[in-house]
Amino acid sequence: MISADFSIVLPEIILAIYAMGALLFAVYTGKDKTASTLIWATAIVMAGLGAWIGLADVGEHIAFGGMFIDDAFSRFAKVTILLSAAAVLLMGEGYMTKRGMLRFEYPLLVALSAVGMMVMVSAGDLMSLYMGLELQSLALYVVASLRRDSVKSTEAGLKYFVLGALSSGLLLYGASLTYGFSGTTQFSGIIQTATDGHVSLGLLFGLVFLITGMAFKVSAVPFHMWTPDVYEGSPTPVTAFFATAPKVAAMGMFARLMFDAFGGVTGDWTQVVALLSVASMFLGAIAAIGQRNIKRLMAYSSISHMGFALMGLAAGTAGGVQAMLIYMAIYVTMNIGTFAFIISMERDGRPITDIDVLNQYSRVQPLKALAMLVLLFSLAGVPPLVGFFGKFYVLKAAVDANMAWLAVAGVVASVIGAFYYLRLVFYMYFGDEGDTIDSAMSPVAWVFLMASATIMVVGVMNLFGIEGLAATAADALVN
Amino acid sequence: MDNLLSLVTFMPLVAALILALFLRGDDAAAQKNAKIFALVTTSATFIVSLGILTQFDPSDTGFQFVESSDWLLGMQYKMGVDGISVLFVMLTTFLMPLTILACWGVENRVKEYMIAFLLLETLMLGVFMALDLVLFYLFFEAGLIPMFLIIGIWGGKERVYAAFKFFLYTFLGSVLMLVAMVSMFVDAGTTDIVTLLSHEFSAGGMTVLGVHIAGGLQTLLFLAFFASFAVKMPMWPVHTWLPDAHVQAPTAGSVILAAILLKMGGYGFLRFSLPMFPVASDIWAPVVLWLSAIAIVYTSLVALAQHDMKKLIAYSSVAHMGYVTAGIFSANQQGLDGAIFQMISHGFISGALFLCVGVIYDRMHTREIDAYGGLVNRMPAYALIFMFFTMANVGLPGTSGFVGEFLTLVGIFQANTWVAAFATTGVILSAAYALWLYRRVVMGELIKESLKSIADMTTRERVIFAPLVVMTLLLGVYPALVLDIIGPSVSALVTDYHAALPDMGTQIASH
Repeated sequence: MISADFSIVLPEIILAIYAMGALLFAVYTGKDKTASTLIWATAIVMAGLGAWIGLADVGEHIAFGGMFIDDAFSRFAKVTILLSAAAVLLMGEGYMTKRGMLRFEYPLLVALSAVGMMVMVSAGDLMSLYMGLELQSLALYVVASLRRDSVKSTEAGLKYFVLGALSSGLLLYGASLTYGFSGTTQFSGIIQTATDGHVSLGLLFGLVFLITGMAFKVSAVPFHMWTPDVYEGSPTPVTAFFATAPKVAAMGMFARLMFDAFGGVTGDWTQVVALLSVASMFLGAIAAIGQRNIKRLMAYSSISHMGFALMGLAAGTAGGVQAMLIYMAIYVTMNIGTFAFIISMERDGRPITDIDVLNQYSRVQPLKALAMLVLLFSLAGVPPLVGFFGKFYVLKAAVDANMAWLAVAGVVASVIGAFYYLRLVFYMYFGDEGDTIDSAMSPVAWVFLMASATIMVVGVMNLFGIEGLAATAADALVN
Repeated sequence: MDNLLSLVTFMPLVAALILALFLRGDDAAAQKNAKIFALVTTSATFIVSLGILTQFDPSDTGFQFVESSDWLLGMQYKMGVDGISVLFVMLTTFLMPLTILACWGVENRVKEYMIAFLLLETLMLGVFMALDLVLFYLFFEAGLIPMFLIIGIWGGKERVYAAFKFFLYTFLGSVLMLVAMVSMFVDAGTTDIVTLLSHEFSAGGMTVLGVHIAGGLQTLLFLAFFASFAVKMPMWPVHTWLPDAHVQAPTAGSVILAAILLKMGGYGFLRFSLPMFPVASDIWAPVVLWLSAIAIVYTSLVALAQHDMKKLIAYSSVAHMGYVTAGIFSANQQGLDGAIFQMISHGFISGALFLCVGVIYDRMHTREIDAYGGLVNRMPAYALIFMFFTMANVGLPGTSGFVGEFLTLVGIFQANTWVAAFATTGVILSAAYALWLYRRVVMGELIKESLKSIADMTTRERVIFAPLVVMTLLLGVYPALVLDIIGPSVSALVTDYHAALPDMGTQIASH
């Protein structure tokens, strides 16, 4: 029996063992000199695992007495997490090397946090959920302050740690209340005590605290305060990582907890999630207008995008989860391309993040400017780019669930949000004459930028089939 | 051919890709090649699109040349034309080569300019052909991107403000339409426009946030679509983006904006609002009629006060679009015939007027009316052409402008006499501002030193105007060319519309 369990968590075990082994290898050999090799090795291992998980398994497997669930939903999330983490690792290598902060711990911490994320989206129990969450978070705290000699970077790490710990505390408090009032930490047990819309007051409190903890992790308003500071302070490749894989994991965990543990009382939490969604969409859209730093801008942009993804969750239906998954996959793809560009923004070899340095970029580098134009319009959700379809699916889910008001709020927020994406386009295409940024770009980042932009255009044909995969995944979660 | 429509739609897109990928360099030769290539492509598109017109059967009121294949989420890639849309397709393909010719003098980023226009042509054609809600929305919205860039990169001094205003204004209008489309999708279970045209959306009254809404779902959907199309038309009081956009846009951009992009709003009313939400349309028709009347009178008066030629013509466009909306919502054969006719004719006339401004702007680099005067002395050919289109704009009998205005006014008169009375004063006002503009710019003594050496129109400019003159005259003396094609479809639309309304006795238009 136990061997069957282990075979289900084999991908996680492989990645964890790889991380340990590589750590030992690096410590006993060249230390930081091996970092570049380790980045490629880690990326290959993660991409390989992603391909394996995506192609091999079908059906639902439960391990360790319900602690760990391997189903189509978790596989969809895991593939997204692993592939995006691999992509972010690769495109950040050049930046790290140039700044002399390419330490061998970086890829390994990313690998470990990926293990945490995989556990998060597969968790079938509050205990395993928390374990995954902490493994992920601890690794992230460290990579946020990877630039030890920079005040901003250490501040980012510390801020992230303190607020992350607070949110973990809230989550734990919610978990303990839930345990107290339902008598079990297992989702399949909790759902039996909260069915048919009937839920005890204590459990309701537990639910709210759990949601709060989740909202911290997805950086939904009003628990978003850490995001801009952490995005700004962290080294750019790390910011790119924060904006992608952990968001998918947190949304996956959120959906998993809500549907598996509280699926019987959707009415009790969809309103809360809808509120988080509206607040995030608007705050993200409005606050970004004042930002001059592109990393802070992307932080608010990601808050706004999380609001849209939450709109799918707020629908409380299989269609909503499907929409959320599609949204997250598209969001991650867009962000990888955008960050591939931001990583290579530098002047005279120094990284620079003010948005007005993009002045007249389209004259110097028409092709890259065009790719960014596509990505920015896609982020704004303007058809025919793929970003629009992400929005379309969540809007449809919301209207389907009789939440037309949420859909209206969402589209209004997206118009406000369009303003700051347009302003970036404005700088690149209509800006005044002035110094622009260096034109050099590492080939890997270039490939990711172009690939991402191409996907945004070509994806309009059929979204590369993720619609069907997401539907299967959603059906696995919402029965 | 089975996929003639797709061929016509995507020919410019393929050309844009070829330009983007294979044309290198930015020297004079490359610029010339880009222009010639764009001209050849748009001309070829026009020639191929003639195939649509020749094979089109006007007596068939359904959709023709239909092609469809599955797409995402049960949606379809579905294209087709009927009597209402086919002429807009033709208008687009007809005007594009002329537009490309009109930007022959551009020297700044020529390749990108051509790509933007080719892209825009694909998207505009798609709007008029799409038979799937989301596909329609896709083309409708996507057109904002190239137009935003055309205004923003190649526009005048205040181009950034104008580009942002244009984009955000229209974007806000259309996202509400998107929500309505999603609700229609949910309600009817399909996004196929052909099916939706026969789907009855509930018109029972409902209460939202304590407010009783007569016409229920239909009214809500109608208003959401109205928000989008009214901005696009544009109708008073949401027209303010248009003068800014027109003034700042380069000449070719203005031509496309006035001649085709504005028509998307009118087309939307005809394709969606009227046939899909007849009850709501009926409830709101008086409001729309009065808004149109205000638009016609008010913007004509505003036009009188302008110092900038392009702004004046922009306001004149808003006034003329007032006839269109009023004609559409009078919901009778003459009104709708007139509205479509007016849109086609306005496509030629306003396009030509912006080109007229472009001709002297290219020479003097100013659009101030006061900077000109007495041009007839140096530019007789120009004076003649400008005179012709000024008259057409005023609605002189014998030009297409007259037919459009007359038919819409007949239609409006049957629907609401008072609105018709107000709207008719617009004819006088338009004569006032147009002729006054003409007098100040062209007539009188040539006293301004700077104008002493201005040259008359070149051959290229004459070539651009010739087809427009021909079309304006032809439609003016023989309007049946258009009316025969649109007639059956419009008549079917009017019949269905009135059949869908509840009996007059029980219906109380309360709002």
